[in-house]
Amino acid sequence: MAAVHSEAHGETHNPALLHHFATEEQQRDASSFGMWIFLATEVMFFGGLFCAYLIYRRWYFGDFAAASKSIDAFLGGTNTAVLICSSLTVVLAIWAAQTARRALMIIMLLLTMLFGLAFLGIKAVEYKQKFDEHHVPGASFSFEHESIPGHPDQYANPRHAQIFFALYFVMTGLHALHMIVGLGIFAWLLWMAWKGRFTPEYHTPLEIGGLYWHFVDIVWIYLFPLLYLIDRHP
Amino acid sequence: MSMATATAQPVERVNYLNKEYGVWSWLLTTDHKRIALLYLLSITFFFFIGGFFALMIRLELLTPAGDLVQADTYNKLFTMHGMVMIFFFLIPSIPAVLGNFLVPMMIGAKDLAFPRVNLLSWYLYIIGAIMMLHCMLTGGVDTGWTFYTPFSTAFTNTKIVEAGLAIFIAGFSSILTGLNFIVTIHRMRAPGMTWSRLPLFIWAHYATSIIQILGTPVVAITIVLVAVERTLHLGIFDPKLGGDPLLFQHLFWFYSHPAVYIMILPSMGIVSEIIACFARKRIFGYSFVAISSISIAVFGFLVWAHHMFVAGISVYAALVFSLLSYSVAVPSAVKVFNWTATLYKGSIRYDAPMLYAFGFLGLFTIGGLTGLFLACLGIDVHVTDTYFVVAHFHYIMVGGALMGYLGGMHFWWPKISGKLYPEGWARLAALIVFIGFNLTFFPQFILGYVGMPRRYYQYPQEFQVLNVLSTAGATVLGVGYLLPMIYFLWSMRYGKPAPDNPWNAAGLEWKTPSPPTTYNFEEEPVVTWEAYNYDEIDAAHKEEVPVAG
Repeated sequence: MAAVHSEAHGETHNPALLHHFATEEQQRDASSFGMWIFLATEVMFFGGLFCAYLIYRRWYFGDFAAASKSIDAFLGGTNTAVLICSSLTVVLAIWAAQTARRALMIIMLLLTMLFGLAFLGIKAVEYKQKFDEHHVPGASFSFEHESIPGHPDQYANPRHAQIFFALYFVMTGLHALHMIVGLGIFAWLLWMAWKGRFTPEYHTPLEIGGLYWHFVDIVWIYLFPLLYLIDRHP
Repeated sequence: MSMATATAQPVERVNYLNKEYGVWSWLLTTDHKRIALLYLLSITFFFFIGGFFALMIRLELLTPAGDLVQADTYNKLFTMHGMVMIFFFLIPSIPAVLGNFLVPMMIGAKDLAFPRVNLLSWYLYIIGAIMMLHCMLTGGVDTGWTFYTPFSTAFTNTKIVEAGLAIFIAGFSSILTGLNFIVTIHRMRAPGMTWSRLPLFIWAHYATSIIQILGTPVVAITIVLVAVERTLHLGIFDPKLGGDPLLFQHLFWFYSHPAVYIMILPSMGIVSEIIACFARKRIFGYSFVAISSISIAVFGFLVWAHHMFVAGISVYAALVFSLLSYSVAVPSAVKVFNWTATLYKGSIRYDAPMLYAFGFLGLFTIGGLTGLFLACLGIDVHVTDTYFVVAHFHYIMVGGALMGYLGGMHFWWPKISGKLYPEGWARLAALIVFIGFNLTFFPQFILGYVGMPRRYYQYPQEFQVLNVLSTAGATVLGVGYLLPMIYFLWSMRYGKPAPDNPWNAAGLEWKTPSPPTTYNFEEEPVVTWEAYNYDEIDAAHKEEVPVAG
């Protein structure tokens, strides 16, 4: 098959090179550029939520602080560490591909996915906590008699706190959705790696998959302090 | 490659249309030219649907009383007209049809950077479109295309979530098209095709793509928030829960204002190509026109709250947005002046594409100037939410964008189909469109100024004459749109075969056969000439008579 292919146009090239590109370098550049642009759209997508968050936080700071205190910063912090580790394993997987270390590449990809699953598991625990405490917005939402940090005589306005939780669930939920998509992408990358499709000369899907994963990580790094650490005191 | 047969019949040359036959060769194609035609069929279909709603609206408005449809139905009619025309016709139209077809060819590439993403983009459009069709057939939406909260989140019983999802998916299609164009223009230009040699059509699509990339995700998240609020009752926009309905308007218009530049910029790109060709001159002030495309894209993101002057924003915010809205008109005016200057001392031919370009010049200018009236706070308080605004945006979207689209379809039709359209009929159709358009929409400026509100199905008796004129114009306009549909189809079977370059136009796309082969160029072109080198072209062809029509 490869022999027929290279006979057809007289020079050999990596089978992954698509014919509308002149060189592998052009293809790699284009793919990378394309992923960066997609990430720009994702920034704008999450940006709308961050914009809403910023506005309401400014208006209802005390209520937001009270609501923020009620979500578990330890679990959130653990999740942050988990994601940062997963970004490390992604980078190691790419390094392994660049240096033809197939076994290490596959292990790192697996670890990345395990970290991702751990993140989602911890998130599920958090969501359940919120559900049990009636902090999920809707008919059974309740946020009575929660004092505003720093103002023990004032109670938080439940309506404003509900806005915080609405944003909490939408923002972390959208993030979790992106994580799930990321897991799907990495499952595919793992399969390609297993089949030996990545070499030091060609591992572009790993690189752009890695870019996506790092982006999802960075979104969480913004979400964590904004949601979990409003006006926290030791 | 086809081989010569033993018979005396000349064998039809292999091109992108006849290379493979069969439904799957079209539905699984990655050829940007075939994808462009897939889009052409799709958006034309939706143009008819949006046009049908427009017809119903204008029929109702023939009489002052609300007597053709019920009030709720009327709300659905203007909502669906807007949503279909904006999201499923105008925003994809030029980029997805002419952009997809021409961008690779104009820069000397074999295809876009991501052909499979291009096909995905079409499938996303189709999925969103089918969803929207289903939504319309099962009740539709009645909020206006702007689906403001709290009506859309808390009070209406119509299918907001389904329509929102349809638009969300179509928006993703738009994003992927923009992404593809940006990477293609950056990375796939042929040797010698420097940025300053690019056709202005490419600059226009580059600027459009920037808006598509940065703006569309914001309306996407807005739709998500509306859907979440409707279904899960998470009250971001609900005052009862401490939310703010104005936040919706800010988020919505942050995209929807730049969206109008998505609709007009590609059309401006087409006008540059047509005017240069039919005045046989380089576009005057090429770099200014190129930079103004980018400026429009950038400034377009800074003016959104001019849709909210009477919504409850502070007067100081309104002042700032008014000032910014005035300044966004400057790059558009720069273009109009440069096009006009191009005409000066040009050798002007009045073929159908040029008639559409002339129409564009006049109608876009009127539409743009009336935008300035609206940017003036005092005037806006008087005419906002009246037919004045309706007339303003139709002058730009129909008199501007759609005219440009039709001009472009005529200009590149020989390249796309390999056939010539009948020039006489085309000029007649252009004239009918121009007359019908003005008859439809000019009375609406007056109606708005004397106080007829938009989105109302009944009005005082004294407004009837103008409304009747408008409806009459709409009928004429409809005829004008039907004619090209008919003769383009006719030409595919009976039209004269087109030469490679019927207009003797500049541009790499004309150096391919009509219709082109799948990979466009036999050999990668090497560009050593500036854009619009009509003086060189005409010096070589002085003895020839142009063959079009």
